[in-house]
Amino acid sequence: MTTAAAHAAEPADTAHTLREVVVTARRPADDIIPAQVLSGDELRRLNSNSVADALRYFSGVQVKDYGGVGGIKTVNIRSMGTNHTGVVYDGVELGNAQNGQIDLGQFSLDNIEAISLYNGQKSEILQPAKDFGSAGSIYMRTRTPQFADGETYHARATMRTGSFDLINPSALVELRLSERTNASLSAEWLNSSGRYKFRYRRVNPAGELAYDTTAVRENGDINATRLEINFNGTLPQGEWHFKAYNYNSERGVPGAIVNNVWRRGERIWDTNSFAQGRYTGYFGRFTTLNSIKYAHYRTHYVNNDDKQVKIDNLYKQKELYFSSSNQYEATAWLRVSAAYDLMWNTLEADVYGFAKPDRISQFLSAAAAVDLGRLKAQASALGTFIHDRLQGQQAPPDKSVFTPAVFASWAPLRSRDFSVRAFYKRSFRMPTFNDLYYADMGNSQLSPERVTQYNLGLVYDHAGSGLITAARVSSDIYYNRVRDKIVAYPKGQQFRWTMLNLGLVDIRGGDATALLTIQPVRGLFVTGRAQYTFQRAIDITNPADNYYRDQIPYIPRHSGSAVLNATWRGWGLNYSWIYVGERYNQQENIRYNYTQPWYTSDLSVSKDLRLGRVGLRALLEVNNLLSQDYDVILNYPMPKRNYRITLSVEI
Amino acid sequence: MQQFYIFIFFCPLLWVATSCRDDELVVPTEYDIIPEVPSAESKVRGFYLVNEGNMGSNKCTLDYFDYFTGLYARNFYAERNPSVVKELGDVGNDIGIYGSKLYVVVNCSHKVEVLDARTGVRIGQIDIPNCRYVRFHRGSAYVSSYVGPVLIDPDAPKGAVYRVDTLSLAVTGKVSVGYQPEEMEIVDDYMYVANSGGYRAPDYDNTVSVVQMVDFKQVQQIAVGINLHRLKKDRYGKLWVTSRGDYQSRPSRLYVLEKKPGYNEMRVADTIPVACSNMAFRGDSLLYYATEWNNYTAQNTISYGVIDVRTREVISTNFITDGTEKEITIPYGIAVHPETGDIFVTDAKNYVSSGTLYCFSPDGRKKWSVRTGDIPAHITFLPR
Repeated sequence: MTTAAAHAAEPADTAHTLREVVVTARRPADDIIPAQVLSGDELRRLNSNSVADALRYFSGVQVKDYGGVGGIKTVNIRSMGTNHTGVVYDGVELGNAQNGQIDLGQFSLDNIEAISLYNGQKSEILQPAKDFGSAGSIYMRTRTPQFADGETYHARATMRTGSFDLINPSALVELRLSERTNASLSAEWLNSSGRYKFRYRRVNPAGELAYDTTAVRENGDINATRLEINFNGTLPQGEWHFKAYNYNSERGVPGAIVNNVWRRGERIWDTNSFAQGRYTGYFGRFTTLNSIKYAHYRTHYVNNDDKQVKIDNLYKQKELYFSSSNQYEATAWLRVSAAYDLMWNTLEADVYGFAKPDRISQFLSAAAAVDLGRLKAQASALGTFIHDRLQGQQAPPDKSVFTPAVFASWAPLRSRDFSVRAFYKRSFRMPTFNDLYYADMGNSQLSPERVTQYNLGLVYDHAGSGLITAARVSSDIYYNRVRDKIVAYPKGQQFRWTMLNLGLVDIRGGDATALLTIQPVRGLFVTGRAQYTFQRAIDITNPADNYYRDQIPYIPRHSGSAVLNATWRGWGLNYSWIYVGERYNQQENIRYNYTQPWYTSDLSVSKDLRLGRVGLRALLEVNNLLSQDYDVILNYPMPKRNYRITLSVEI
Repeated sequence: MQQFYIFIFFCPLLWVATSCRDDELVVPTEYDIIPEVPSAESKVRGFYLVNEGNMGSNKCTLDYFDYFTGLYARNFYAERNPSVVKELGDVGNDIGIYGSKLYVVVNCSHKVEVLDARTGVRIGQIDIPNCRYVRFHRGSAYVSSYVGPVLIDPDAPKGAVYRVDTLSLAVTGKVSVGYQPEEMEIVDDYMYVANSGGYRAPDYDNTVSVVQMVDFKQVQQIAVGINLHRLKKDRYGKLWVTSRGDYQSRPSRLYVLEKKPGYNEMRVADTIPVACSNMAFRGDSLLYYATEWNNYTAQNTISYGVIDVRTREVISTNFITDGTEKEITIPYGIAVHPETGDIFVTDAKNYVSSGTLYCFSPDGRKKWSVRTGDIPAHITFLPR
């Protein structure tokens, strides 16, 4: 899972790194298409509040950020839309049958060990059938306890505080229960007023100041707790893992800043709980991977604004998931696999006209992987079968979709430093319960939204000793086509909408990433990481539309990031820079919809100390160093310069 | 070699670093030339068009067309009032001129913006929560609002009509009416208010409130039809009221209210069996259009028509005669030029892109069309 580059990015400088996770897959087969990975210390130094913040450093990713600590954050890979992105947490995909969007702002980095991004799919054939389904996937992996001989426990306590009246303590305890089993308990509390200053300044064409207003963002407070228990065990011929997770939050929804409205009255309470188990068994040439999960999500939404309609709605989602994937190593160079997943989802909502849907999804996949040394290839096919039931209504007919994928990589040189890779993949997203059944707006006749991806890329990866300890450059070009895109379509008067399979989007893009680690003097490691993304994602639905062939909303043509990181004797210095180019906030590319580029600089300094068995760490972060006033989403202003201090003790 | 690769890959970054942010400009006005020649004695100088803008976008904009310069000015407000923070606001809902002042009702900004009608320069604003429509009568502006005083049930507040003095721009009174009131009209010192109850679906309101203007009190509620919206008076003092229906089994309808000879009470005189979303009068003709969603075909059914207000008969099923109606995706506003009888129809398209304003000659042929802001909807004519 961890690539050479990711290892190189964590120079072995302190005893800390010795305890870093080393994932021991039974067969350390290299990914055909290597993932973009952020892990370990590198991840911790990136001035990130949440998983969503860290994902901004990956190429091809656009994060929609509504601002602040509690603001919703969703990601979009290669312009295909949030709903095409799979998010996998410790091996099992997170779901949201209601609207298909995972709020990555809810996932703390506190106990995340690595985040990986795969375009297409993770090129591994032993995985749940569902994992073959997304157009792109994000894998989050929490820390797995690793004990040296004689150790029986680890503990870590962390306190974060800073701007937005942030109070964010967390604790982690890892216990060795027996020779073969261990457990970890992670708990976190996050409290923030979400208040920050933002500024709107406009000038007239003559350059004279028109207005300049600074205000404080209101109703963006959050109070959240997270509790997580993990058990890991090894068996003579396999291993198992169990996790229970609970997230509880109350937050204000800050809402759009519009003329005469600076505060809103919407609030959301979320209680998300799930339990999941996984068993992997190795029996000679046969490997089996089985997972089970039960999830319960409760969302309570209240609009208390005296000027608007009062809303008080409760949504309850349940999910039951079972997966079995099995792999057989036919020869030294050929592996085959088959997987079957069964998932049940239901949504209850006390909304007038909501149909209380209930869905059974079945996923059946078959895959084969060929490893001929310099040539590696993989083919997979996934069949998805959806059956919906509705209370008191006629359900739409069952849907079945077949989606194939082919991945290949070839190293033309003997050294294998350099390789060429390519993939073709078809995938789809099911219309969500909201798309299909939401009162008045849903359209039960919707078909799945389909995506076809073509990708061609090359990578040069070099690990060595001496001055340059690691160097890696990669570049991909891709062509995606989104058909039957589910769009909101107006019906009648007064903002009444319905959902239709109307859109057709043509996406052409290129990514480039570069990473270089040098050791100019002994003990000093300097790592530079940069990525650049070009995307031309145009709407080609209908030549009669006045936005025909215009760039789709919120997709910049140019975006990129650069990170410079130096470590020396326990000191760490990190500078990161993110750039998102000009974009349009609506379909039509006209000046009224133009949104300016934004770019922020973040700086952090860290110091690690070791006093006997006790490890101490202090981290000081300054975000948006130049205090740029920017919106990621129109009318959702982002914070100016802000600070955070982290102190942690580890034994 | 490696350094070269690195250089190549950092190049685009260097390039993007140079395409930086500029100062944010107040959105400038754009001008289009319209081929219109007014008659020298015309008493109409031009018209204002308010574009609603999608909710949360803060893109309510004001367009102005001047017959004497022939210039159509798109997004006129921000340039005339550059110092207003966050411009005109979020979701325009109505517009009207009374005396020398122009009133723009901005629904989700909870205000009525008051401008000088000739220059478009801001005079002030009247804060009214969730305001919907504006009408004028004897020195006062009347603004309907979804939010009335919180009475017995705080979860189902009744709506209100606010009275505003047009000189001081101060609220001088308010009267509680039905649920979520929409359009209103004043006939013989009584105000009639269409109540929708749109926030209470499926328990829509079905009444027209009658407000006595002398003491500004609601004196009666006339049951008409569910989810009422438009309410307009014709030249004979009859009221034409539209019902949106429940969007499912009960279709949109058009009702006529009139007084029985010798009585002062309005009563429902007729139900015209057509769907109606909006209407405008030209002499004895009522021009209307309707947009209705059809669940079976998954398409909007759009209809146009003309009704003779004296006979209440549908005398034509289209007032556009040259086939231009096929270009219109969602008709969203209608107005008739008070002198020439030219018909204006706006097209809101998909609600989140520029709309189009069409001008038709009285015989229904397209004269010109122009690009507008998002969701062009309400038009008022500026006297010369």
